[in-house]
Amino acid sequence: MQRIGVFVCWCGSNIAATVDVKAVAEALKSEPGVVFSTDYQYMCSQAGQDLIKEAIKEHKLTGLVICSCSPRMHENTFRKVAADSGINPYMVEIANIREQCSWVHKDKAIGTEKAIILARAAVAKVHLNTPLTPGESEVTKRALVIGGGIAGIQTALDIADAGYKVDIVETKPTIGGKMAQLDKTFPTLDCAACILTPKMVEVAQNENVRIFSYSEVTEVGGFVGNFTVKIKKKARYVKEDVCTGCGLCTEKCPMKKVPNDFNLGMNNKGAIYIPFAQAVPKVATIDPNYCNMLKNGKCGLCAKVCTAGAIDYTQKDEIIEEKYGAIVAATGYNPISLDKFDEFAYNQSKDVITSLEFERLTNAAGPTNGVLLRPSDLKHPKTIVFVQCVGSRCSADASKGKEYCSKICCMYTAKHAMLTRDKYPDTDVYVFYIDVRTPGKNFDEFYRRAVEEYGVHYIKGMVGKVIPEGDKLIVQGSDLLDNKQLKIEADLVVLAAAIEPDKSARNLATMLTASMDTNDFFTEAHPKLRPVESPTAGIFLSGTCQGPKDIPETVSQAGAAASKVIGLLAKDKLKGNPCVAHSDELMCNGCSSCERVCPYKAITYVDKEFRMPDRTTKVRRVAFVNEAVCQGCGACTVACPSGAMDLKGFKSKQIMAEVDAICK
Amino acid sequence: MQTVTRNQLVEKAKELLNNGTVTRVLGIKKGEFSYDLTPAVFTSAEELEKEFEFNGFAAANFSKYLVKLADGEGKILVFLKPCDSYSFNQLLTEHRFNRENVYAVGIECDGFADYKKIEEEFNDGIKSVEFNGEKIEVTTLYDGKKELAFADYMLERCKNCKTKKIAAFDELLTENSDETKNTRFEEVEKLEAMTPDERYAFWRNELSRCIRCNACRDVCPACTCEKCVFNNPDSGVENKAIQNSFEENMFHIIRAFHVAGRCTDCGECSRVCPQHIPLHLLNRKFIKDINSFYGEYQAGAEVGNRAPLVNYTKEDIEPKDAVGRGSEE
Repeated sequence: MQRIGVFVCWCGSNIAATVDVKAVAEALKSEPGVVFSTDYQYMCSQAGQDLIKEAIKEHKLTGLVICSCSPRMHENTFRKVAADSGINPYMVEIANIREQCSWVHKDKAIGTEKAIILARAAVAKVHLNTPLTPGESEVTKRALVIGGGIAGIQTALDIADAGYKVDIVETKPTIGGKMAQLDKTFPTLDCAACILTPKMVEVAQNENVRIFSYSEVTEVGGFVGNFTVKIKKKARYVKEDVCTGCGLCTEKCPMKKVPNDFNLGMNNKGAIYIPFAQAVPKVATIDPNYCNMLKNGKCGLCAKVCTAGAIDYTQKDEIIEEKYGAIVAATGYNPISLDKFDEFAYNQSKDVITSLEFERLTNAAGPTNGVLLRPSDLKHPKTIVFVQCVGSRCSADASKGKEYCSKICCMYTAKHAMLTRDKYPDTDVYVFYIDVRTPGKNFDEFYRRAVEEYGVHYIKGMVGKVIPEGDKLIVQGSDLLDNKQLKIEADLVVLAAAIEPDKSARNLATMLTASMDTNDFFTEAHPKLRPVESPTAGIFLSGTCQGPKDIPETVSQAGAAASKVIGLLAKDKLKGNPCVAHSDELMCNGCSSCERVCPYKAITYVDKEFRMPDRTTKVRRVAFVNEAVCQGCGACTVACPSGAMDLKGFKSKQIMAEVDAICK
Repeated sequence: MQTVTRNQLVEKAKELLNNGTVTRVLGIKKGEFSYDLTPAVFTSAEELEKEFEFNGFAAANFSKYLVKLADGEGKILVFLKPCDSYSFNQLLTEHRFNRENVYAVGIECDGFADYKKIEEEFNDGIKSVEFNGEKIEVTTLYDGKKELAFADYMLERCKNCKTKKIAAFDELLTENSDETKNTRFEEVEKLEAMTPDERYAFWRNELSRCIRCNACRDVCPACTCEKCVFNNPDSGVENKAIQNSFEENMFHIIRAFHVAGRCTDCGECSRVCPQHIPLHLLNRKFIKDINSFYGEYQAGAEVGNRAPLVNYTKEDIEPKDAVGRGSEE
């Protein structure tokens, strides 16, 4: 018989306000096996922990029930208390009387009754608990960063700096991401290329970093410390190690009509191309959808002009398999499609553009060499209207846009407006906004400068419609402060499109078994206390894949993710979770159901000799669980038709005992 | 009426015994009464001649017996009807016997008679039942001799035969046909059309007759656990005395869940039920749901396939859609 101690926490008033903690402690005294029961204001505090330790000693406790907050919060704290007092940490059960009780009830009588029931269930479970010991596993001292934008680059650099190997996988032919497409960066207005490209070179030259550009992650197996990842290196039809990046092929390619995605389709490139002059790696890539040689075997010009002999039309996709200890998701963002925002005439007029397109139009390396010319007739626009929150903060019609604030638009629009007025003082600039949000160091000062020094017309209100008329765009909007309707004849309209996670993120999250929110942003393990870790062990988050962020925030989060990875890789061994699956060989049929549902490939089968009742022996196929690989998800226990598979620490019997105690 | 005759089977069995292909034959022998046929193992031509029987009552699914009988010296011969062949494949998928140890001869099937239905026609005292072409000749103590049309007295599972295709065999004794029928879900649709209250009343009534003899479980080819939970004192739900509580009725529902996705719809559970409970309809409802949620699926159509319930694809139905479906009623 267990000697169980029950410890009811007040959590200040969090629990005590809606649960009569003294009544709970009193009621639990009469439960079988309970030899001690008490309450305390903050059980997790040092004094609370000492109280538990004292009680363990004094009452020779063998099992503990802590009635407190969610086990996600303090289970480890109390397991450690048990371990320090010589009790196996898995003899501790948490009855969650905060999140699942006091916080959801208002009536104290109901809250108290439920808390008693939850505590009884925990007592019933402790009776069937057995001591468990975790296994250990090795840590592969190499990290994988998925995404080669500023987030991925910074994370990789910081990990490499600590002396660990790190690989970057980037789907595009070059690293650099969105930042490489930007012109200047707020609030300091230094040029994006000037601060990014040195980092791109640095990461390429770092001997601890490997870059897999034009590659994708296709399969992820294993677990924290021991991931096995398959990376598909897409055929670029150019030998990466031979190409010198001279660019001769890109000039000679007769196919000139390939939309240049780096300039968002605002100009064209060849079928063989280098995305931009500072690309890393600076090697050419052939687009198989446009190359005549690859499509119908006619041309071959690039191979003829290449003095290095780097062109290889027969190149095939290549799969690389590598082991990693930690994985960082840094998949970034994209502006949303504006197809659903027909009122702004984005698909009707070439002169209605997104902010990212505006960024390319003002970039010295962009399609107009940095001269602000409107796309339709290449004339200087004299009146420009910026529309903010296009698709952001769309609570009324979430199917059209996003409910969240994209966070960066207020600042980059202020930047665009300011730079336009600075370079072309004869231009009238209007900004339609819902609110101007400028939290951040030197952000509000920056916005004030746009208004006060540069004379940008900020109008509180939304644009209702943009009508192309002749070579003008008629912008109809409302000014809420003056309470009047406005009609502005504009030459150029710039839409601050909401940003959304890259489409590849959802598929990646499935492979990583990392969780996502409804907007497909990766969720963090704890919004305040563990913001750069995914709830899945060994998976970390960097940059906008976790939520909208500007560059300074992205870089600091990238560094934080790197430090978490370094902390993991610095360990030689990882303690596993002892709550793993276990098969009762005498009941196992060897039917393979568990093997089929196991997401970690932790189950194999062995032929084993069994003594039968009639003194004969029989060889039977039975399941064998690799405890180092099993993550204790429990899928096998449900799939097992014979009830042979059970989860240590969560045995069916333990759970049934809890259910029985609740239903009593 | 079966086109395959007893003599055909006996000749085949003798041939395979004599040429050493097999050492044992899994078949049926006569029981106490003419409708009462018992699966048995034959090891010699003499035994076959003397005891082997095959008639309109020989509906038993042989596949499950292989779990116990496949081990041994040499191969065992099994005659597989279409129904049996799906169970055969399903058991192989679950590694329940070694395919190497079995020699399977596929035989076509034209349906079997339902003794319970015949019995209902008469007061007690059926002396013998003979099959003669499309007719069943019944001799009784009180009503004399009577002729019944075979087609009217077929098992429900045969009347709504899902397929005539034999899915597994080493050799075919007869033609293999691709004929399939899609009428079997009509019975389920009738139940689905009921209100939840009506359906509850229907099943409570049917299941109230259960005597917990466990015949359904014992005959079920999907029930091959080394140790059944209902025989396991450790499980807390082992055999109980007969009673008609809701909890007791749950036995059949638990069993239906247990075999869901693995049940081939062979209908043996209902055939052997001494209380005439249409148990196979529970399983068939699961099959119908699986078909509508995950696309047409026949357990045992092939060996080693990943059944929808132990597979995950992105096309799988969202739980909310599966749950919401029931609440419309």
